[in-house]
Amino acid sequence: MPNRLLIGVAGAATLALALSGCVPNNAASTTALTVAITDDTCAVSDSTAAAGAISFSITNSGTGVNEFYIFAEDKLRIVGEKENITPGQTASFVAQLEPGTYYTACKFERVGAPIGVAEFTVTGDTVTGSTSDRALEEQAVTNYIAYITSQVDELVPQVAAFATAYAAGDDETARSLFASARVSYERIEPTAEAFGDLDPKIDYREVDATAEGLDWTGFHRMEKDLWAPQAGDLNSDGESALLDWAPSTPQERQDIADGLVANVQELSDLVNADDFTVTLADISNGAIALLDEVAVGKISGEEDWWSHSDLYDFFGNVQGAEVAFGNVKDIASSKGAESSALVDDIEAEFAALKTLLGTYGSLESGFTSYDTVTAAERKALSNQVNALAEPLSNLTHIVLGVAE
Amino acid sequence: MTTQTPAEPEPTATGLSRRGLFGLAGAGVAGAALGGASAAAVMSGGGAANSAGVITTYPFFGDHQAGITTAAQDRLHFAAFDLSETTSRDELIELLKDWSFAAARMTQGQDVTEAGAVNGSPLAPPDDTGEALDLPASALTITFGFGPTLFTTDDGVDRFGIASQKPALLAKLPRFSGDALIPGAGGGDLCIQACADDPQVAVHAIRNLSRIAFGRASIRWSQLGFGRTSSTSTSQVTPRNLFGFKDGTANIKAEDPTTVNDQVWVGNDDAAWLTGGSYLVTRKIRMIIEAWDRTMLGEQERVIGRNKGEGAPLSGGSEFSELDFESKGAADQPLIDTDAHVRLAHSSVTKGSQLLRRGYNYVDGNDELGRLDAGLFFISFQRSPQQFIDVQSNLSRDALNEYIKHVGSAIFAVPPGAASGSYVGASLFG
Repeated sequence: MPNRLLIGVAGAATLALALSGCVPNNAASTTALTVAITDDTCAVSDSTAAAGAISFSITNSGTGVNEFYIFAEDKLRIVGEKENITPGQTASFVAQLEPGTYYTACKFERVGAPIGVAEFTVTGDTVTGSTSDRALEEQAVTNYIAYITSQVDELVPQVAAFATAYAAGDDETARSLFASARVSYERIEPTAEAFGDLDPKIDYREVDATAEGLDWTGFHRMEKDLWAPQAGDLNSDGESALLDWAPSTPQERQDIADGLVANVQELSDLVNADDFTVTLADISNGAIALLDEVAVGKISGEEDWWSHSDLYDFFGNVQGAEVAFGNVKDIASSKGAESSALVDDIEAEFAALKTLLGTYGSLESGFTSYDTVTAAERKALSNQVNALAEPLSNLTHIVLGVAE
Repeated sequence: MTTQTPAEPEPTATGLSRRGLFGLAGAGVAGAALGGASAAAVMSGGGAANSAGVITTYPFFGDHQAGITTAAQDRLHFAAFDLSETTSRDELIELLKDWSFAAARMTQGQDVTEAGAVNGSPLAPPDDTGEALDLPASALTITFGFGPTLFTTDDGVDRFGIASQKPALLAKLPRFSGDALIPGAGGGDLCIQACADDPQVAVHAIRNLSRIAFGRASIRWSQLGFGRTSSTSTSQVTPRNLFGFKDGTANIKAEDPTTVNDQVWVGNDDAAWLTGGSYLVTRKIRMIIEAWDRTMLGEQERVIGRNKGEGAPLSGGSEFSELDFESKGAADQPLIDTDAHVRLAHSSVTKGSQLLRRGYNYVDGNDELGRLDAGLFFISFQRSPQQFIDVQSNLSRDALNEYIKHVGSAIFAVPPGAASGSYVGASLFG
């Protein structure tokens, strides 16, 4: 890996710097807005603003630490963030926003789903040529780190609820929570995998854990308990599903549930640590890595072998890839007409893939069980993944602009 | 039965059994005893060379079976067989004799019997299927192996009275990381590895040997391979696998008899009948080539631990330079990544275990998703299955695992070579 290209910026301190660096010199159109936060509300003084530098003055009238986010239209990718706003504090920051649809939201105590999600429209003309490459790169890294932490912070309570139901033997509730509890994890999978021993504990499939002699824990062990195999069923490695397997005892369930909660908390601690950072290459490679997760594990139905909820993971991977791409696409577009055309291709293929996935459901309404997706339908999905992955795999080269 | 006057002397005094000729009318050698002395070409000591000086014929008889340290040919047809439920011990022995007889002839470029493809009765189907008629031996070697289930079935039945001679380590391989085994695509009572420089010659061998086995054994699974992925001789250029990388640079070479003796041939510390033999492991390794192909060059090289052009280790030098696992780059990172394939497969980290690799590329058309069903049909020979287990276990965190799945697995004990006129397996059944 070209480590010389590593861009080491992290933490809240850099955020203000990065964003203020984006303010154009002729900041004629600066808009000043206020944000009123309580523990369960997040009110922005106006739902529209003109493109350019927009300053937010944020007051936390609640009882706990809060955060303010500006999401892109997908409600996932973060384009601006202010962390650690303590009760009684008024903080401010400036976001440089192009015309488009955004969403504002807060996150109480930094954990769980965003609160007070509201549409925020930026109008006017694109402000071009005002931002340096360096500033774009720093902004991409800062926003991506914010996105990672926001996803992990959503993961923590979802996993806790799932693990509680599983440990209590409330299988029906646990089954209903399994697929959605994994989505945030699937969106940031390459990041989690970068932490070496955590992913094996959280997300290893039985065949890999067994082969490596690891104590099998995490989501997939719980999955097999919840969708227990019948005699004659085969595991994904062709062996009998019952080989070296027995339903977890109540005590084992408790231990496994506690372990998953602890491991996800550790992941949260790691990505919220001051020294956590990613490189620009990590982001763009993460996009293709997520697509390959789909191409290798999800298309084949191996990921969720017992629950057949593969399409949730599939969708989460695609969303994660699109966010990663979105974080660096302005950098890519700035590298010339050919690069800009590649970005257009990627956007078109992402749209086509999401449209195709949409025919199988949504996160809100649920996805079709993957064992009912026919071979021809799987092939169509695979074809579209390949159609997207080919242009997407050239992203890093363009973003980093490495001279041969 | 029609008797054919031989147009030339019999190459050996042996013949196919009555049973082996069941479908092969007109050979006129039914029941002939095996083992008569002969000075035929089949038993010549060295390979016969063509006018270009390239060896194209290898002897079938010898201390070791051919097709192991033999310079790897370009093409493979491999087949695993299961014996039929009614096959007796005598019939099994007869089958092995028939196979050796036919293999001895075919490896010399001859038809499967004297009557062969066209010299038999016009009223009977030909003994030989004929597609190799105008082709030279093309360096054909035929290697036989015995699977664990030949000795005891999965239910523990000793069908042929040889359970007590089963080598301790001849057993189904353990589960490994990356296993996605397809039921029925592994294992087997017997195996035949046919290697040749012409694919039609290799296919001809398996086709005729499986025909001879009809009624006694049938193919359980089989594999065609093209493009050898290892060199087993220093005279061979290192070939490339379907990842586009040179494969087998550090393989055991025939010119290194010490290593071959230490790592490949079974010694006196195992089942006596297997001395001078080896263990054969096959792993059908499906490559996720679509994902690999869109991986950046730098990452491909990191995963392998060698550069793609020359095959030189990332620690520097040229293809055959020693790997330097300690050397570090400017950012203090190891030049050969800690998860690089070459590092984890190296004998310095596999308890000294080395394998003689003899794999082939394969493309079995495409899968139902329209992706090439392609990869590496891995074959290795070693003096103990433990060597393979050591190496494969060490590869559990191989960076390459992201791009491969093991879909087939089998292990066989490969008996020593047959003495002139004898048959492969005589040391076990004789």
